[in-house]
Amino acid sequence: MIINHPHLGPRDASEFTILGDASLINRPDWQARDADDAFYNYQYLRDNPAGLHRELWFHEQGDRSWLVVTRDTVTHAVIAVALASDIAKAAKAKTAQKTAPKKVAAKKTAAKKAVIKRNAT
Amino acid sequence: MRYSIWSLINQALTGNRNWTPVWREPEPKSHYDIVIVGGGGHGLATAFYLASRYGMKNIAVLEKGWIGSGNIGRNTTIVRSNYLLDGNEPFYEQSLQLWEGLEQDINYNAMMSQRGIINLYHSDAQRDSYVRRGNAMRLHGADAELLNQDQLRSLCPFLDYENARFPIMGGLLQKRAGTARHDAVAWGYARAADQRGVDIIQNCDVTDFLIKDGVCTGVETSKGTIRAGKIGVAVAGSTSRVMAKAGLRLPIESHVLQAFVTEGLKPVIPGVITFGAGHFYISQSDKGGLVFGGDIDGYNSYAQRGNLPVFEDVCEGGMAIMPMIGRARMLRNWGGIMDMSMDGSPIIDKTPIDQLYLNAGWCYGGFKATPASGLCFAHLLARDEPHKVASKLRLDRFRRGAMLDERGAGAQPNLH
Ligand SMILES: Cc1cc2nc3c(=O)[nH]c(=O)nc-3n(C[C@H](O)[C@H](O)[C@H](O)COP(=O)(O)OP(=O)(O)OC[C@H]3O[C@@H](n4cnc5c(N)ncnc54)[C@H](O)[C@@H]3O)c2cc1C
Repeated sequence: MIINHPHLGPRDASEFTILGDASLINRPDWQARDADDAFYNYQYLRDNPAGLHRELWFHEQGDRSWLVVTRDTVTHAVIAVALASDIAKAAKAKTAQKTAPKKVAAKKTAAKKAVIKRNAT
Repeated sequence: MRYSIWSLINQALTGNRNWTPVWREPEPKSHYDIVIVGGGGHGLATAFYLASRYGMKNIAVLEKGWIGSGNIGRNTTIVRSNYLLDGNEPFYEQSLQLWEGLEQDINYNAMMSQRGIINLYHSDAQRDSYVRRGNAMRLHGADAELLNQDQLRSLCPFLDYENARFPIMGGLLQKRAGTARHDAVAWGYARAADQRGVDIIQNCDVTDFLIKDGVCTGVETSKGTIRAGKIGVAVAGSTSRVMAKAGLRLPIESHVLQAFVTEGLKPVIPGVITFGAGHFYISQSDKGGLVFGGDIDGYNSYAQRGNLPVFEDVCEGGMAIMPMIGRARMLRNWGGIMDMSMDGSPIIDKTPIDQLYLNAGWCYGGFKATPASGLCFAHLLARDEPHKVASKLRLDRFRRGAMLDERGAGAQPNLH
């Protein structure tokens, strides 16, 4: 199998080690109420599809970057390759966007509280 | 027809014209008491023990392809019970004992040959860990002997004892281990089950489960709907795919394991030999071919074929311990899909769906397990409780933190 590294071009898969399903990037929140369940799912359960599979590969004998490789488990064809750091950053930005309005709201209430405080003094 | 020396002579004298088919090819009925999905070694053994030991009737085995097309016909045929952990060793020892009486049980020559297995050790620390393993085996009634280098030399003079990097210091011998003819195991169980009334239905792909209010009542197949009181799934490498139809996600990944066979040679290798510093195991078939293998390729796969880097790695392993095989020519190589579990140990258990039972997670050690897996799965299906030697092989052990991790590799299937 040849993995088309975003920086280094086509490299033989034997230069890499594979960790497993790319869902391992999405580590659950350990403080969440359902952390027990979430970690059980995260750590032990897998979709294990026949067909397209997104997985984490480590360029151990190269630039030591982590890649997310989309591969067909039936034909071994490599379909897409991206840097895992890019994908993790994009995911973070997305969740940040989602939670952003809440933060604004929180700031507003904090500001209100501050105002109230000031009035009180 | 019962096979014996007399049936053989009789057929030989009458020109071999009167052999009958080894099993029937029935059309599926619309209802069975028990349906087994998957006609590999485990599914067929389950049906056999259900009929022969648990007195169950009205059983079908549904096989997508033909009997023997899965891993049961693809493995390197090693049978042994040299495990360490309490949850595993009694199970594999039970299996080895069943192997010892198997041919009488099923009236079929499975060519079970107890020619022994030797796990080589290459350092003092490894010897110590083999002493521990040997003791664990003996505590569970299995046999184990530690060989020093002189004892090993007399059995296997051809090993590379002077190897600078991995000197061979001795080995752990299990004499009762050995090899069996894998296809014959499938055919023998199929025939014996068929003779006890089990319907073996080939080319019958199970495409869906009939589930209502959390109870499974049957399966959809390429040969129509089949209802059943209980459904047992034993589909090895296809486990995640099949169980996804029942809405279950499992602690399993599918990986490819390759096997290699050389041209036929005169007898050179006395039993099974495994490398202790890399992953390589070898035996010689009765036809003379060297049969060997090593690691799984390491990436998820349903392709039933592997890639060349593992080929190279396996051959390097072989050359490290027995350079004499370097000039043998490789004739054949193939792959099979392993149901690698998260701790490297199997699962024989109920599922969260009533009347649906699971037999999976065999990794690359499921051939030796075939008889005990069949017996324990039959026990579970017939009695609704785990067999005593399979009481730790539970589906919920991952949630409970009660893993059976022989290798101590953690929740990464490609390391087991
Ligand atoms: C190269 C290789 C070497 C190995 N070496 C060893 C060894 O030396 N020692 C050892 O102990 N083990 C070994 N194993 C492992 C062992 O072969 C397996 O663990 C064991 O055979 C799995 O159980 P089984 O026989 O029931 O599987 P299989 O024979 O794979 O049976 C599963 C069956 O389910 C069927 N199926 C799948 N989906 C469906 C569906 N939807 N409907 C109906 N049927 C379906 C398949 O067609 C298949 O026939 C090896 C495996 C491989 C591939």
